[in-house]
Amino acid sequence: MSPEAPDDESNQSLWFVVAAPLCWAAHFLVSYATVAVWCERYAGRDGSLYQARVAVAAYTAAALGGIGLIALAAWRRYQHGGGTEAFDADTPLGRHRFIGSATLLLSALSAVATAYSALTVVFIRDCH
Amino acid sequence: MCSPAARSRTLLAALALGAAACRGPQSALDPAGRGADRIATLFTIMAVGAAVVWLAMVALTVFAVRVHAAPRVERRTALFILGGGALVPTVVLTALLVYGLALLPELVAPAPAGSLRVAVTGEQWWWRVRYPGPDGRTVELANEVHLPLGQAADLRLDSADVIHSFWIPSLGGKLDMFPGRTSRLALWPTRAGRYRGVCAEYCGASHALMAFAVVVEPRAALDRWLAHQSEPARPPTTPLGARGAALFLADGCGACHAVRGTPAAGTLGPDLTHVGSRHGLGAATLPNDAGTFARWITHPESLKPGVHMPAFGMLPPADVRALAAYLEELQ
Repeated sequence: MSPEAPDDESNQSLWFVVAAPLCWAAHFLVSYATVAVWCERYAGRDGSLYQARVAVAAYTAAALGGIGLIALAAWRRYQHGGGTEAFDADTPLGRHRFIGSATLLLSALSAVATAYSALTVVFIRDCH
Repeated sequence: MCSPAARSRTLLAALALGAAACRGPQSALDPAGRGADRIATLFTIMAVGAAVVWLAMVALTVFAVRVHAAPRVERRTALFILGGGALVPTVVLTALLVYGLALLPELVAPAPAGSLRVAVTGEQWWWRVRYPGPDGRTVELANEVHLPLGQAADLRLDSADVIHSFWIPSLGGKLDMFPGRTSRLALWPTRAGRYRGVCAEYCGASHALMAFAVVVEPRAALDRWLAHQSEPARPPTTPLGARGAALFLADGCGACHAVRGTPAAGTLGPDLTHVGSRHGLGAATLPNDAGTFARWITHPESLKPGVHMPAFGMLPPADVRALAAYLEELQ
């Protein structure tokens, strides 16, 4: 069954809920590793962070894009069935909408967290 | 019952006591350096921001429960929860984060070239301090750092054993000290005086007894002090001190401690060349006098648990007094 027809829940997955936080975690990990390797291997202790900042900007754009797509899909789930049935109802449609709601909220949180991580390199411009 | 006037007096006295507690040689709320000043301002803004948010929340709670205890329109309530529970905190946190991050570049910037350089090594549980001179000679002392007033100091920090953290709350932020890695910290003292530095990272049994004295003084005074510290020890001037000097070598103290100008050249423990002139003993946790020297020689473990120095309690009391007199004379 497709997500648009939630009567059969056999192929529903909770991984959808954690997709946005995973984007945030991946963004943090890759940004951290990039800056650490850049400063330790290439730029040196007092070197410029410019290239690493560009890379982090690219990671941030990719992460926010991914989180945006997840949020869009979550919004569609949340609105499924006209959005009239209570999303905490003990029915397949209620659970479908609940997953959409939870994913949407986590997407918002992940987007803010990703932006906060990226803010660091807006202000820190060298490896010192 | 207290009268309103008595209550006001009590409140004012409590506030005065609270304000007095913010001062002192080891208070981040009484800054005497550029970095500490920025951090104190950051703390004030964070504290005021937290107080405003807390008061607003309490006011809203009182309004919802007491003032307007009636059913609400569901949609408006949902929007209010979204705004007050998510949007406003995000905006407030973002503003505070941006302000805090904007401070970082200045706080972590290295000292300008030509600044006074001081190398500090954290060891369990004391501080080895070295002032490299322009002629290549290094002046070594322990547990005391002198910094120039109104000028930057370039501190090079590392550790000989475990992770320590160098922190002079009155002058700036703290920085961890790692074995095998040199960290750089710039401090800009702005007010002359005596301050207290501490280890800010738990490093073993006597972590809480690992402090150091900090003196901020004009550059000319610092240069005079440094010139004095670079000189070898003066010979003792009293018979008791002279006997202590002989005992110092005979009892093997020189295997771990150096007293420049004598055969004692150990490097395991603190350099004692001018130990009598320091602002404290046992990493600035004890008074600098003959009685403390005597207790330290005979029962160091009772003053600093886990200390590496062995106890010399087997020495005759007369020898201990002579050693203490000698060390006190090392001005």
